Amino acid sequence: MPLDGRETRPEAGEARPEAGAPHVVIVGGGGTGGALAHDLTLRGLRVTLVERGEVTSGTTGRHHGLLHSGARYATTDRAAAIECIAENKILRRICPGSFEENDGLFVAITDEDADYEKGFLESCWQCAVPTRRLEREEALRMEPGLNPELQFAIQVPDATMDAMRVPLRFFATARRNGADIRPFTEAIALTVAGRTVSGVRVRDHASGREYDIGADVVVNAAGPWAGKVAALAGVSVSIVPSPGVMVAVGGRHCNMVVSRLHPPGDGDLVLPQRQRTVLGTSSWLVEDPDDLAAPADHVETMVREGAALVPAVAGAEIRATWSAARPLIGGAGEGAGRNLARALRCFDHATDATPMEGFVTIAGGKATTLRAMAEVTADVVCAKLGRVRRCETAEVVLLPHAAWYSA
Amino acid sequence: MSVLLRVSRSKQGDRERHFDDFDAAVEPGATVLDALLEIRRHRDPSLVVRHSCLHAACGTCGIRVDGRERLACDTKIAEFPADKLIRVEPLANQRLVADLATDMVDFFARFEAVGMPQVRAAEVPGEAVPPEGIKAFGRFENCIECGLCLSACPIARTNPAYIGPAALAAAGRVVDEPRGREPGPVLALAAEPDSVWRCHDALECTAVCPSAVEPAAAILGLRRHVAYDGLKRMLGHRGA
Repeated sequence: MPLDGRETRPEAGEARPEAGAPHVVIVGGGGTGGALAHDLTLRGLRVTLVERGEVTSGTTGRHHGLLHSGARYATTDRAAAIECIAENKILRRICPGSFEENDGLFVAITDEDADYEKGFLESCWQCAVPTRRLEREEALRMEPGLNPELQFAIQVPDATMDAMRVPLRFFATARRNGADIRPFTEAIALTVAGRTVSGVRVRDHASGREYDIGADVVVNAAGPWAGKVAALAGVSVSIVPSPGVMVAVGGRHCNMVVSRLHPPGDGDLVLPQRQRTVLGTSSWLVEDPDDLAAPADHVETMVREGAALVPAVAGAEIRATWSAARPLIGGAGEGAGRNLARALRCFDHATDATPMEGFVTIAGGKATTLRAMAEVTADVVCAKLGRVRRCETAEVVLLPHAAWYSA
Repeated sequence: MSVLLRVSRSKQGDRERHFDDFDAAVEPGATVLDALLEIRRHRDPSLVVRHSCLHAACGTCGIRVDGRERLACDTKIAEFPADKLIRVEPLANQRLVADLATDMVDFFARFEAVGMPQVRAAEVPGEAVPPEGIKAFGRFENCIECGLCLSACPIARTNPAYIGPAALAAAGRVVDEPRGREPGPVLALAAEPDSVWRCHDALECTAVCPSAVEPAAAILGLRRHVAYDGLKRMLGHRGA
């Protein structure tokens, strides 16, 4: 019987912030910030999170909703693939009911795709991503929406998720455990004394009020906006906002996640989201993550390449086109976003060439690895504060997303 | 191109709302949400508006556009006559946070009373054979919990205790497709005074639903179940 989120009584964890425990302020209410608030709260710290808009209103909510098996990265970025399959398993366990456990198919259409198979299977095996080879007829039986000209397909444990509701479970659980989550509250300055960050000045857009929040550590979890937040403290981080275009067409034209069996490229993904089908994605670089268009030629590419996998999307009505900015790590002049690492990195700015105490930036990563990003960051924060407390987020089952909206 | 928006404004502590007019430069094909984000970026960073997915999947950006409940991300500027002032306001029948944002707490409290069925069983297209290893061709429930139906409902406007269309549609699902759940408590809830019998079939909920849930049809179906259940219990009681 499929899970519907009610079978397991959520255990929200038992930690409550200890009175007098150090106070951590997180800037950025995306998936990473939410998962970090949850992790730090379980480790007994006092946590306040500020976000300029609604939670998940930046990159997180715009995600196409693929829970990666890691197969997409196996040939090009082994570390990312290994991390994805590990987190894929953990998230299914701690977020029961939040995924369509529909698996994915990597589809070979051309001879060039077919030639990619050997390296792909080897890489998946080395990264412990399970695979199963399906002949053409078997693949079409499973997923009748596929291009009938396919040669064969490889089944992998991809899944689809709701890009907002999975992170909401972290926010809901963190708040239940004592974290103070403040949406519509924008960090407008960082309080810097000498070479130490000691707090955040915020503007509450719901009331118009400005005030200061003191902090033992401030964590910059602003995703593609991390460069802007770091600049508030005069700190430089090499985050490159790299948008990708996505297209939603009317109708549910496949039930599984369908990817092209070839190296990562534009428009190689088709997946179902409720009664729509989402096509993605592309990659370029921008300076300002608020400056996101969905260029018409990218949209055309998504539909053309998507139709090569699932032909019905070509005739479907385009219901939405949008872009989301990935927070990639790199420097200027490193070319198109695909060459930049999808890896995550946590910067303790106390170790910068020009040190800044009390300030940490988490950057990079992807939706599937939000929990791992939080774990790495919480380890750094705890080490700075001299606290030894094991990470528990891989075991604690999260409250359902609706708990975020409970009074 | 340029669009003129009349935006409802109010901050916490304000005694009443007022309107601010903005013109926003937008691309052809832009949505009302694109225009609002453009205003927030270039004209007034204090504008409070909820949004997340930008493709009508999350249900976060519900507002009223010229008096009609819409998802801002799913409402194209091109639907409106050029040079027309477009009026945008927060959803009705829900607590206001500020400007265009409403608090969904009351909406979810109603919803939770009937359970939160989030994944529904397979509607497998064509001849698909679910493969080994796949637990189910589940799919997310169509309802995206946006609250447009509650805002549009004339009964909710006059009776805040009315459980509302989304929750009743969810209750209908539990009764139609219990999937191991006992529908009795849900039927009992539906039979209460501020539940299915309070609906006057205005059908506004179905008209504004961006996700084809058709709450009005679900309420009609649920009434039959409630009536039948009541009759059954009455007869059973007499027979005892």
